[in-house]
Amino acid sequence: MKSPIIKFENVSKAFNGNKVLQGIDLDIYQGQITTIIGKSGGGKSVLLKHIIGLLEPDGGRIMIDGQCLTKLKGKARKSLRQRFSYMFQDSALFDSMTVYENIALPVQERGGLTPDEIRARVHTRMRELDLGAIDNEYPSQLSGGMKKRVALARALVTDPEVVLFDEPTTGLDPVRKNSVHSMIAEYQQKLGFTAVLISHEIPDVFYFSQRVAMLHDGRIIYAGTPNELQRVSDPVVREFIQGFENRGGDLADTIHDGSWESHFREEMTRMKRHQVPFALVALTVENLEEILSSSDPASQEVAQRFADRVRVQLRITDTCTLIGPSSVLLLLPFTSLAQAKMVCAKLGRALNGLEIMDIQSRKGPCLAISAGFAEVEGNGHPERTLAQALAQKEIFYQFSVC
Amino acid sequence: MPLTRLGQFAIARVRRMGRYALFFLQSFFFMFTWPLQGTKIIQQVYFIGMKSVSVICLTAISIGMVLGLHGYYTLVKFGSEGVLGAAVALTLIRELGPVLTAIMLIGRAGSAMAAELGIMRISEQIDALDTMGIDPLRFLVSPKLAAMLISLPLLTAMADVVGIIGGYITGVLMLGINSGIYFSRVQSSVQMADITGGFMKSIVFAVVIITVCCFKGFYTHEGSEYGAKGVSISTTSAVVLASVLVLITNYIMTSLLL
Repeated sequence: MKSPIIKFENVSKAFNGNKVLQGIDLDIYQGQITTIIGKSGGGKSVLLKHIIGLLEPDGGRIMIDGQCLTKLKGKARKSLRQRFSYMFQDSALFDSMTVYENIALPVQERGGLTPDEIRARVHTRMRELDLGAIDNEYPSQLSGGMKKRVALARALVTDPEVVLFDEPTTGLDPVRKNSVHSMIAEYQQKLGFTAVLISHEIPDVFYFSQRVAMLHDGRIIYAGTPNELQRVSDPVVREFIQGFENRGGDLADTIHDGSWESHFREEMTRMKRHQVPFALVALTVENLEEILSSSDPASQEVAQRFADRVRVQLRITDTCTLIGPSSVLLLLPFTSLAQAKMVCAKLGRALNGLEIMDIQSRKGPCLAISAGFAEVEGNGHPERTLAQALAQKEIFYQFSVC
Repeated sequence: MPLTRLGQFAIARVRRMGRYALFFLQSFFFMFTWPLQGTKIIQQVYFIGMKSVSVICLTAISIGMVLGLHGYYTLVKFGSEGVLGAAVALTLIRELGPVLTAIMLIGRAGSAMAAELGIMRISEQIDALDTMGIDPLRFLVSPKLAAMLISLPLLTAMADVVGIIGGYITGVLMLGINSGIYFSRVQSSVQMADITGGFMKSIVFAVVIITVCCFKGFYTHEGSEYGAKGVSISTTSAVVLASVLVLITNYIMTSLLL
């Protein structure tokens, strides 16, 4: 195992008595993308700011290349900082400077390049990040997404060894979000920098992260690969990554989600880049309305369990969205039609488990679930693909308690 | 315990004064480190100096005219209205020129600097500089300090001249004092020490203005309020504190120079 480039040893930090970090132990390895996930306001940005020395820990220490960060002063600290880049959550662009001046500033101040070389380097980054002729625009004239990309260009223009990204895609549309994620992954592979990323974009970040760490209640409760994360049984981790944090309401409250179309478009972008199809599976509880209208609480319990059981069985990169009063839509990336059917078969076997069987002793209507499949290739349209999936129904699971 | 609280208060004040001193010394030191920031200093001289010319001229001519008016009616009672030129020139060069120019610059440029740095702080722009390995004091404060050290003495000299012309307008053109007597009194009464004293005052005021206004803006996030309110409070307190310190420093320097 490689030795970590950044090592947190029992780091703690409090603000006005509010303990934000409570004994953080975390290793970040060279040349990898490490993503830190966790609830909003949980101290992820605080953790990131410790790496670059913007905040000093109250306790513990942070080792960078075997050197204790807090003991570095003067030139040693400055030269260490020049190996790092930081992309702020709110971009932190210099609002009195133009876009060009913003991106060029770190290389200008570092010295060693001629104005022509600086111009060439800045324009290369701008072109790569799809920033057209906006050299002379000011940040206040740009959209939120544009600002993010300018900030990303500024972070990458110095070819840093370590790049810290604080929620780089918040506020971006799905296409731009994918483009920024691809940029991070491609640049990381090309330049080989170490990236530490804070993101809520689950499961997107699992596609390109080598390691994932989860921060909860001021502690790292999980650190490992995304694949290992899939096997973690910790309920907090599972709840977070499956996206249903302590949902209290019944199923009828949560069925009108509508976010599946944005997931669809994200997958379309990904599919076009990798030329691998993805599949849509529409699971319909044929008699859910009957269950919901029933006053028997056991019937609602069945519906609730159905949605939860489906989610638990999915892979970490799959998404499960409730798209109607009786339909659950599964979006399975990098999956062909045949593979989707295998996933459903596995799902059917899993659903035929104890929790559903448990209602056998109670009175309630029959539960019948059908599955419709659609493989998306080329220029798929979300509505048409969904209609196709819903049209090709086949009963894959039926359970009767009548 | 009241004594403990008093001690804590005193330690906090001394620590803050130390931070002010370090803030100034570091900014001053960075003025001479390579690469020199010529372009930024010229931009700041334009902002602090050039853009303040009209307001300083207006203030100086108004004060000079009022001095001429008051001086004439006071001196005429003793039949010594001929020394009006000396009275106006000495008052302006020794006291009013440096102080009024400094106060006007606090209002025009000091407040703008405090607000600019405050906004940069709350929008993490100062942190962004830090993460790039660029010292924010060197990048943001040093050019302002250099520009203020260049601009304030020059503006003070200009205010002195314009003020003397203001006294000339009321004393000579409006109230009929002989023009030759007015200027000969100015020439004979003003010594080099007066000019040097006024010049020294303007240098010290430049340091006070930049240190206080930039310090307040730079550490906006350490105040009791956050966001836009924090910036407004740091700007207001920068203007008030800088003005008070200029007046106090003026008294101390006058007593030392006399």
